Order: sequence, then C-alpha cells, then structure tokens
Amino acid sequence: MTLQQKYTERIEKALAKYPDKRSAVMPVLHIAQEEYGWVSPEAIIEVAEICDMDPTQVKSIAGFYTMYSKHPKGKYWLQVCTDLPCALRGADQFYQELLDYLGVEDHGTTTDGLFTAEHVMCLAACDKAPMLQCNFHYQESLNMEKMKSLIEEWRAEAQKK
Amino acid sequence: MNILLREKDIPNIHEYDVYAKNGGFAGYKKALGMKPADVINTVKASGLRGRGGAGFSAGMKWSFIPQTEPVKYVAVNADESEPGTFKDRQIMENNPYQLIEGALICAYAIQAKAVYIYLRGEFWDLGAELDKCIEKAYQEGWLGKNIHKTGWDCDMYTHLGAGAYICGEESALLNSLEGKLGQPRVRPPFPAQKGGGLYGEPTVVNNVETLASVPFILDKGPEEYLKIGTKDSPGTKIFCLCGNIEKPGNYELPLGTTFRELIFDHGGGIPNGKKIKAILPSGASGPIVPATDAVLDTPLTYEDMGKIGTVLGSASIIILDESVDIVWAASKMTKFFHHESCGKCTPCREGTYWLDRVIDRLMAGKGQPNDVDLINNIAKNMVGVTLCALGDFAANPILSTIKHFPEEFKAYAQAQAGIEEKKTASPAARTAKGNEPGTPQGRAGRHSPATSTPAGD
Repeated sequence: MTLQQKYTERIEKALAKYPDKRSAVMPVLHIAQEEYGWVSPEAIIEVAEICDMDPTQVKSIAGFYTMYSKHPKGKYWLQVCTDLPCALRGADQFYQELLDYLGVEDHGTTTDGLFTAEHVMCLAACDKAPMLQCNFHYQESLNMEKMKSLIEEWRAEAQKK
Repeated sequence: MNILLREKDIPNIHEYDVYAKNGGFAGYKKALGMKPADVINTVKASGLRGRGGAGFSAGMKWSFIPQTEPVKYVAVNADESEPGTFKDRQIMENNPYQLIEGALICAYAIQAKAVYIYLRGEFWDLGAELDKCIEKAYQEGWLGKNIHKTGWDCDMYTHLGAGAYICGEESALLNSLEGKLGQPRVRPPFPAQKGGGLYGEPTVVNNVETLASVPFILDKGPEEYLKIGTKDSPGTKIFCLCGNIEKPGNYELPLGTTFRELIFDHGGGIPNGKKIKAILPSGASGPIVPATDAVLDTPLTYEDMGKIGTVLGSASIIILDESVDIVWAASKMTKFFHHESCGKCTPCREGTYWLDRVIDRLMAGKGQPNDVDLINNIAKNMVGVTLCALGDFAANPILSTIKHFPEEFKAYAQAQAGIEEKKTASPAARTAKGNEPGTPQGRAGRHSPATSTPAGD
C-alpha cells in the first residue's frame, strides 16, 4: 500500500493547510518517516509525487533536517541532548553510561535492532536534564536507574508486538 | 506577577473553559470592536518588545505591514531551539489559548488571511495538543469566516519543523514553511514587505512569548503594561534559568529584575556550595559575562545588558559555576553552531568548522602557540558578514570567552609537548563532572566533518 493510500486523510489535511503543494513536503516526510522508520529512496519518490516536486528537491529537504533519518534506525530511537546546558547537569556522563549499558558506540544500534542511541543538539528542556527523546517523545529528569527501567519497559513492549 | 505563566496562579488554565472564565479572549473581543490600526497603536503604546531575541518594538513591526495588500500572514515563531531556552514550550503546554488569542489579535490588527504556528519538529506531542485548541477556537467562533461579524476571515494552522536551529531565524522559518531549505533570505525585502514574507506576501513573524503578552495589553490597556518593568523595557519576561543552578526553570518576573535576585532569590543559588563564575544571559548565542558583583547587580533589561557587553536576547540564562572549564564550554557552544550552520554563507559555514577543529586540537593538548589568536581571528571574520545573525552568534562564544578568560585559553595553548599532566591537574579540568577535557566523553557533542553541516548531507 502506498503512503497516499494508507494515509489519505492525513495527507489531504496536510495539503489543505497551504496554498501550494510544496509546503506540505515537511508534514508528508514526517508521515513517511513514521511509516517506514526512515526516509528511504522509495519514500522520497512517493513524497515527491504527493507534493508535486522533483525527488532531488525532496531529498535535499530530507537531508537538511536532522529529524528525517537517512538510514534505518532501531525501533526505539533514543536522542540524548548533550548541549552545554544539559552537559552542565551531567548529560555527557549520562549519555556515555547509556551507550555502555546498551553496548553500542555513539550513533550505534543494538544487535537486536531495538535501540539506536545518538546525541543531539538542544531540545528545549534544559531545566530537566539529563533528558532524551525516544521516537520524538520526551523523557526528562533522567538518571541511569530510571533509564534502565524505561529500557526494560520498551523491551517488554517490543516483545508483545 | 504572572501574565504569561498563569498556570502558576490558575490551575488548568490550559482548558478552554477555565481560560475563558478567567478573562480569556477578552482582549481579542475588545480588539475586534476596534479599528485594526487602533489595535496596532495600542500595542505600540505598550512598548512591548519582541521576546524572541531582537527586542524590536512589536507594534512597530505590525505597523510596517502595507494595509493595501490583499493577502497578509502571521507566522508564529515557536521553533525554540536556542540552548538554554524552554519558555515557549511551557507557555504552549500550560496556557495555549493565550498564544492563540495573542496571535489572533495580531492577525486582526494586520488583517491577515492566516496564521501559521511554526513549531520545532521535536514539539510533536505539543503540536497535536495545539491542533485541538485551534479546533476549539474555530468551534467557539474565534476563527474561520466573518469572525464576530467583522467581515474578516482567518485560519490558523500548526506546522512542524524537523530539527534545524536556523529555522528560528525569521526568513529561514518562512522558507521552511514554503517547503524549501530552511536558509535565510537576502533582505530587503523584509518579511513585512511585499515580496519578503510568506509566499511573497507581507508577514509578521513574532515569537510565542511576544504574542502571548498581547492579550493583557488589549484587555487591561497599555498604561497597565507600562507600569511593569522599566521605561525602555516594559512588562514581564520569562527568564529561563539553567546550568549550575539549584532550581532550574522558568521565572516570569518584571524586566529590570537583577541577576542577583533571579539567581539567588528565585533560583536558589549555586548547588554544592560552589561559587558562580560566569553567566550566559542569552544562551549560546550571546556574549558570556563573568559574574562580578557589578554584573550580578545589573538589571535584566534590553538597555542594561548592552552596558555590560552582552544582550538580553531571549533571556535563556545559563549559569556556570567555578568548576566549569570555560574552553570546554566554548567548545560545546561551537559544536552546536557548527552543527546548526545552514551552510549558505561561507564565513559561518567554514568559520564554525575551523573553530571546532582548532578548539578540539587545543583541548587535546595538540595546540600550536598561535591557536588562540587564530580562533579569535576566525571568529572576528564571521561577524557582520553573513545573511543572518547566526554568523555573529557563532562568533560570540569564542570572542567573549577569550576576552574575559584569556588565561584559560593560554593554559591550553601552552599545554602541549609533554605538558599533558599539567593540564589534567589544573583546576580548570572538569574532574568534578567526570569529564576531562579532550577525552572522547567530554566531547560527546563532536560530529565528524562529513556529517556536521546539515546542508552538506
């Protein structure tokens, strides 16, 4: 099933917001990413057709913004903010401990394909550091203890599905 | 006094009924009974200054819109991405209708066809909540066709970005909304002018906090607003307090509050009995100031920050305690700007790359004797020569840290050829945080050159 078929309503709604189709490229890319887990070359072509753009133009948009992943990620995409305000509250150490716990390198994915861990730039939650976003949902005021139980929750959730 | 963070006084003000019962939409209702030009004059008279960073008169900005043009837009800047800033998010989460009301007052004043709220992509959940609030505003007749029988139509939409600091710059924001690369535009024409705004139409771009301040001004009158704050900086401001501070968070206080009151009375001071060393009053983009007594007693206003060599910006105040290695802090900020440079202007694209490389070299103990002069020189060559302010922003962490803390840079520059031990033993080393400068862990923010510039992908 194509994006257009599966998400007809959401895509129509996105297109209706703007006077031209091109402006919907970001919301439609978000839908593509949600569906495929990353912005694949096939997804780029689908988005280009929906937004009446050239695939090259869509690819340049996808490449410009960090939230569109150019590679497949783990089922749970963990993005830890390590910018200055978070780092002053121990985010670098937290991130390193998370990597060690998952047994991955910076920007690495666990062998079971469940978790990808990355550090990212400011997420506007500096007062609640260390923090991360998991698949774009915020988890704040973290420590490794909390983090371990979250990881367990996600592991259990993944097994159920 | 909470004009913006009203959830601190009124529980559940994020709900429509609670907001409406507590004076919600009164300002907008009043505006709808006025001539649009009078609404602009009211906001102008209040002295409200843009809260996104530039501090430009909001009413003045609105007055630049040519009324003869049939299509006009309002773009709400909710791309909050400056390190240290987390105020717009709190407004939108806890008092969303006030932003909607303020944006609608602006839209009516300039007779806009539509309002676009540009949210940073990470505010995914928040965007969904805002959509529900907008839907409710339509149902209540505050949006749509012939609003309150004024003959004026207006729509409101949210738009999610996808992770690019540069989209908080107004012309880049407009490009991004149009489905183009989020890179700044050549100005003039300015967004308020024909040819410069969204889809080439005159557009007001205002920050969330600016617009959320407007309902009070319309409802209570500009004279009430002028009673708060100082003559040149009226009103309240949300100060985002973070870094080495006991109680990080958002504090809404009258402009003119001093650093000392903010940090020690409200923020609870510095944790672990440490001393305060320096302050970044405007996130990573504004110059750092050493926390001297004179600085601590400076009122937080647009005019006074200039006197101490910095800016108020969006008032994202990052506190650094005595254990912080300033070179490490500068490196962190440089990595941020290196990653976020959009790649359009050469001085910023290349400058941030080289600043990052040379600071890494310094911190790794492989610096060369003239490296401090070199980075100072690179930074100087980035100021005032780019299409947007990001070039200047990226230079600030370097220029201001070298200016105020030259000895810390020198210590690194000299720490080469067998002086490694001296460096780790120096008080500047961040052993307290478990991060030693130059170790991979301390520089987790590093990106490889090949993936660092978004435009380079």
